[in-house]
Amino acid sequence: MPEKWKKATKPALLLAVLGLAVLLPWVGLEKYQLRVLTLALAWAIAAVSLNLILGYTGQASLAHGAFLGIGAYAFGIFAERLGWNFWPALLVAGLIPAALGFLVGLPSLRTKGPYFAIVTLCFNVIIFKVFENWTWLSGGYQGQRVPKPAFLEQRWARYYFILAALVVVLVVVRMIVKSLLGVTFMSIRSNENLAEAVGIDTFRYKLLSFTVSCFIVGLAGALLALENGHLDYTITSYTYSFNLLVYVLIGGAATLSGPVVGAVGLYYLLEYIEKVVGEYRYAIFGLLLIVVIIYFPRGVAGGVQQLWDRLKRWWAGRGAGEVVEG
Amino acid sequence: MSFFLNQLIIGIQLGSQYVMVALGLTLIFGILDISHFAHGHLYMVGAYLLYILMVLVKVNYWLALPLCMIALALGGIIVERLVYRPLREQPHINTFIAAIGLILFLETMVRAIQPKSLSVPKPIDRVFSVGGVSMEAQRLIVIVGAALLVVLLHLFIKRTRLGTAIEAVAQDREGAALVGINVNRISLLTFAIATALAAAAAVLMAPLAFIAPEMGSVLILKAFVIVVLGGLGSMQGAIVGGYLLGVLEAMAIAYVSSAYKDVFAFAVLIIILAVRPTGLFRGRE
Repeated sequence: MPEKWKKATKPALLLAVLGLAVLLPWVGLEKYQLRVLTLALAWAIAAVSLNLILGYTGQASLAHGAFLGIGAYAFGIFAERLGWNFWPALLVAGLIPAALGFLVGLPSLRTKGPYFAIVTLCFNVIIFKVFENWTWLSGGYQGQRVPKPAFLEQRWARYYFILAALVVVLVVVRMIVKSLLGVTFMSIRSNENLAEAVGIDTFRYKLLSFTVSCFIVGLAGALLALENGHLDYTITSYTYSFNLLVYVLIGGAATLSGPVVGAVGLYYLLEYIEKVVGEYRYAIFGLLLIVVIIYFPRGVAGGVQQLWDRLKRWWAGRGAGEVVEG
Repeated sequence: MSFFLNQLIIGIQLGSQYVMVALGLTLIFGILDISHFAHGHLYMVGAYLLYILMVLVKVNYWLALPLCMIALALGGIIVERLVYRPLREQPHINTFIAAIGLILFLETMVRAIQPKSLSVPKPIDRVFSVGGVSMEAQRLIVIVGAALLVVLLHLFIKRTRLGTAIEAVAQDREGAALVGINVNRISLLTFAIATALAAAAAVLMAPLAFIAPEMGSVLILKAFVIVVLGGLGSMQGAIVGGYLLGVLEAMAIAYVSSAYKDVFAFAVLIIILAVRPTGLFRGRE
């Protein structure tokens, strides 16, 4: 394969996927299908945000369900009850989870490994209980309406808006990952003690990564609420933290495409198998999770990447000394 | 005063349940380094098994207790062999995902087969009353039963060859393998014991509460809090932490508010870990 082609494969593939995504609403998707696709994209944004802290910085946050819900509520409350405009309300939906994430990160990021996962999970349960009981805030079971601005009245407009948001978030995350900041994050993931030994204030960088991640997941929550047009306290549930974790790890942590593939793929899978197996869908989903994690420990994207690297080496004929990025 | 004593007894009874579940979790964590998040769901399966035995097959409660423990021990062995062993060399977080898979599988299956809450009759339906303090017989059964099991487990680990082997693997996996201990067999045994303990907790508790598909979820979170507070892998930590949490909760329900009864544990955990990031007792990092 000529050098020029090889360099062009990745961008070409990306353009093809993006083109397909842009064309999709015009290939005769039913209303319902477009809605599922839109929701899947919003979940993908949330998964990408979790990947920043889980995949790149190596801290398994189990509070992202709470931050997602808080973002959704922030948007709903400011836009509906306080009558704010769309854009400032959306900004607040990112800022409040970010501020809270910063505060939660202060004590919890001092803990390591499984401790951090459990502390954040506990935080998620507390937030869930608070939203369940403070009905003046959450509206309880009935929840509350979420308004749509005029330019997002149309189904396809919301689809494009959320698709664009996903692209923007991916570009931002890519910029972070490719910068010195991203390298610092990854050094914390691969060996926190070593990073500290060479003079990196790991706590500060973990806090930064967590805060940015919470900002993005808050936005994702707002977009979900926007597409649904409605929200109730169950959106803060820790089951969403589990779902996001699963999306990222099955899709492939620490890759750009992994969380997107995981979120969209698994969201669709769940929608699809529901039609076939009904209430047993989560049982089958659970079994699939176990099988995938056993046979593809680096997720689907990780597995494909491995295969791709092997193919490239095979093609090059002499790639024995090549370093494969892990 | 009698109100306080009543709450104290309820607290100790709650704590007994926590200790049984947290001890199993601690064993599994200490020996296999696995965050076995599906432990609470095996507890739930144990409660359903009791219902099947007692209500459908009409087995006596005291016979159902060991039967459930044996059946769940086998279940634990299957889980270790099929789910966790293939993941032994993988990062912690991957075993966690597998556990979530198992949770989804168990809870959905149970819910699909029997969505309603169930209850089982009490084996001794009496209330004792001593000096203003009244106590249901079943609470006493939970407290005494848990204490007995904890003592038995302690004796087993400290006094028998197999128990010593378990401790050896917990302290140094490679070293234990070098001196000829079959690490795989010890892993299976650990899972069997831990799951049998969870089944015992479920059988003892079931007459006091409803049996429902989601009964394992909050319990496992609390058990994790106890394990973390006690220092990961410390059995004494799990025992002290379990009783402490039970009493704390009973008091909080009585004197503060019952709407938030499930969050006290988590709030306490966050506060304590903020001060001592590695838990109260000396555990592993």
